[in-house]
Amino acid sequence: MFTPHTQKDVEVMLKSLGIERIEDLFSEIPEKFRYPKLDLPDQLTEMEILSNLDSIASANGSTKELLSFLGAGAYDHYIPAAVDNLLQRGEWYTAYTPYQPEVSQGTLQAIFEFQSLICQLTGMAVCNASHYDGATAAAEAAILADSHFRGKRNKFLVSRAVNPQYRAVMRSYFRPHDDIQILGDDQETGINADMAKLIELIDKDTALVLVQYPDFFGRVIDYKPLIEAAHAHGALVAVATNPTALGILTPPGELGADIVIGEGQPLGIPLSYGGPYLGYFAVTEELLRKIAGRLVGQTTDIDGNLAYVLTLTAREQHIRRGKATSNICSNQGLMTLAATIYMTVLGKEGFKEVANLCYQKAHFAADQLSQVDGYQLAFPEIPFFHEFVVKSERPIDEVLEWLRDHDILGGYDLSQDYPELENHLMLAVTEKISREDIEFLTAVLEEEYHD
Amino acid sequence: MTEPTIFEMSSPGRRGVKMPVSDVPEVALPKGFERQELHFPEISELEAVRHFTRLSQLNHAIDTGFYPLGSCTMKYNPKINEVTTRLSGFANTHPLQPEDTVQGNLYLMYQLQEMLAEIGGFAGTTLQPAAGAHGELVGALMIHAYHKDRGEHQRVRMLIPDSAHGTNPATSAMVGFDIVPLATDARGNVDLGHLKSLVDDRLAGLMLTNPNTLGLFDENVEEVIKIVHDAGGLVYGDGANMNAILGVTQPGKIGFDILHYNLHKTFSTPHGGGGPGSGPVVVAERLLDFLPDPVVGIIEEGDDENPPLYGLVTPAKTIGRIKAFHGHFGIHVRAFTYISMLGAIGLRNAAEKAVLNANYMQEKLKGTYTLPYDRSCMHEFVLEGFWDDVPGIQALDIAKRLIDYGIHPPTNYFPLIVKEALMIEPTETENLETLDRFVEVMLKIAEEARTQPELLKNAPHNAPIKRADELKAAKELILCCYPSEEM
Repeated sequence: MFTPHTQKDVEVMLKSLGIERIEDLFSEIPEKFRYPKLDLPDQLTEMEILSNLDSIASANGSTKELLSFLGAGAYDHYIPAAVDNLLQRGEWYTAYTPYQPEVSQGTLQAIFEFQSLICQLTGMAVCNASHYDGATAAAEAAILADSHFRGKRNKFLVSRAVNPQYRAVMRSYFRPHDDIQILGDDQETGINADMAKLIELIDKDTALVLVQYPDFFGRVIDYKPLIEAAHAHGALVAVATNPTALGILTPPGELGADIVIGEGQPLGIPLSYGGPYLGYFAVTEELLRKIAGRLVGQTTDIDGNLAYVLTLTAREQHIRRGKATSNICSNQGLMTLAATIYMTVLGKEGFKEVANLCYQKAHFAADQLSQVDGYQLAFPEIPFFHEFVVKSERPIDEVLEWLRDHDILGGYDLSQDYPELENHLMLAVTEKISREDIEFLTAVLEEEYHD
Repeated sequence: MTEPTIFEMSSPGRRGVKMPVSDVPEVALPKGFERQELHFPEISELEAVRHFTRLSQLNHAIDTGFYPLGSCTMKYNPKINEVTTRLSGFANTHPLQPEDTVQGNLYLMYQLQEMLAEIGGFAGTTLQPAAGAHGELVGALMIHAYHKDRGEHQRVRMLIPDSAHGTNPATSAMVGFDIVPLATDARGNVDLGHLKSLVDDRLAGLMLTNPNTLGLFDENVEEVIKIVHDAGGLVYGDGANMNAILGVTQPGKIGFDILHYNLHKTFSTPHGGGGPGSGPVVVAERLLDFLPDPVVGIIEEGDDENPPLYGLVTPAKTIGRIKAFHGHFGIHVRAFTYISMLGAIGLRNAAEKAVLNANYMQEKLKGTYTLPYDRSCMHEFVLEGFWDDVPGIQALDIAKRLIDYGIHPPTNYFPLIVKEALMIEPTETENLETLDRFVEVMLKIAEEARTQPELLKNAPHNAPIKRADELKAAKELILCCYPSEEM
């Protein structure tokens, strides 16, 4: 498949090489390992594989058929038609890393615009061309802090209200380094919104404090006291963000964050069972040279025309090898393009509208749910964005199963990550959820209660 | 060209896509947290569409022309990949859905795990790594965990050939290994004498790219692996160049312990302008327990009437989670599509034609350009981009001149062990006419270098921009536009 060689072409080429058979080109491979019989399914035509995959995809229940209140790090937003339509241009998706700026101005300028939009959204000075996802961006924030203090500070404090998967990835990245301690996310330190216990842990050995805004439970917490305490001890503060929320909430840059990261999936990227998404990573001017990954800068060509190039590449692995800031060698190119187009076509007003709709509908849902018998809000006094937690009198697995019987994905059972939150369900509400959907959800839950 | 930025195109009051009005009662935003300003562009949808269309036209891409970028395997990206990954059942499933609602996804991932293990000759697979470099990190973490599990804490040395990609040492450094450079011999193989002198009980492993970055299959690979294994080390395979040996040989059978694939290279899932990649890692039996958490497994065997039940399982001694959710699932669908269409026969054919194409071009060019390692190559080859009798012309000049002929430059200045390297990889999807034209252009450029060197020095002449001032970019560091000042 996909090889254009005719028999005659092959003959011409073999003749020019002075060999009889293509196999002769592989004589350096030990004979006993040459030409194994691979146990793979027989090859299929395009028509056949499409039909197969159609039935495999249909074996799933998607958010098109199920009413979904699942969030917990990935959100079902409306994606304007222009986003995917433009993404499917071959000039975008069949190009590679823009190492040759003369023939890559499109990709370079798009990344420059992405960097600009994310800086604007987060209130930061510098943003790179992206990491793999929010979780790996969180791990890279810790790596940045480690190198910023040249390994002299070994405490990394992470709020328990940071996405459990981010914390898990960070731990995996640092597992070989026995000298580094990742603390603050134990049950004892807890998830209190005042952050007092986490603040108590900050000291002169603290390299980084990582919090989430809105946090994993959707809560909007004032981190100013924590940021001040961290800075008083010379530590850096990284804030993991939800980009949609920043359409209406004060950006962390204004709160004093040193690093702002986030999961970019809500910016026009389909759920796609968890990836590919993108991790954005923005820092203050002071940390500019510590940032990992690709950066696009504006310059001119030799005729003085405006041009864009990859810049400060001397930080990166292909130049610094073992001394690089990270081993990252790609960025989420096409996903950053999706995010850039998404933010552009929604624009200033549209983006705020999405954020506001999420906020309003989530609050309506929370209000309605808290009126259902057997359910109450877990954090009634704390502001939240588009995700909230309810406490149920019934085990969550039973609740979810009941909802499933009514084609509803009811949300996220928090007890899988938080033993102290048994019988707690977390629901996300985006602009795609209608009032009718919310009323259906509460009606089904009422029915269950009285069942 | 000068396409304004989206911020410069903005005009207050102009709208793109609108959202419906709210159907629920309005509540106030949280006090003290209200955002004051959001300086996003205000442009119409048509302006945005034209902007991103015009920008796309400034790119060279596989769909527009020959892209012989060595080490990157810029093969045709079948359009069907883009259709299958967008099937609603795949694109619209949430990563935290209950497993019984995503049996299609889990089946596909399970099958892809099996396919990748089989192609490489390994026992198991993780699909979690997001890119090749991320796969390397997984591999290095597993090597670390493996030795630690056996109580061999002193194994801290990672051998890395001097021809290796920069990601290999960068990855080893992240995991805390001591990086020990390993020499290449005169034929482009690992220097066996040097290797023997470096192995002792401090050896953690060797990161070997085979075929290597010179496009050469190591003639002593069995012995290299034996030396490392005898010293108690593990051999990591950088699978960047798997396209050369698909269906021709299996690294796992030769003795590699771990290998990462680059799905965006070898399995055509596209490159996306720099990503997303996908870097699944396959491992030998003794490393299965260390795979990242989770992998897809069969929870309940099927029978005549019911298919098996697939689910997420945690390996016994896992190195933990290394990415949120399940890896780049949308890329897995594309790779599954591609492998299914090729099958065993098609994979072998792809490798054979890739190697035939590379050798054909190498043969035609090696008289005019110096070929530092004069052997038959695998899927790519490395030439020297300079001539002693043409002072002042560098690999960069040749690369930039190719742009004038509508061809993307080869990878240049890599591998580091070849002076003024030009690394050329045609891939199997290019036809003979394209190869002949490339050869013809390269020969013409060699002639121009002697007769009209300024044509090369000032190239490109007809690209969207002339050569860019990279020093200025690094000095002035304009990394974003400041909309608040411009608006």
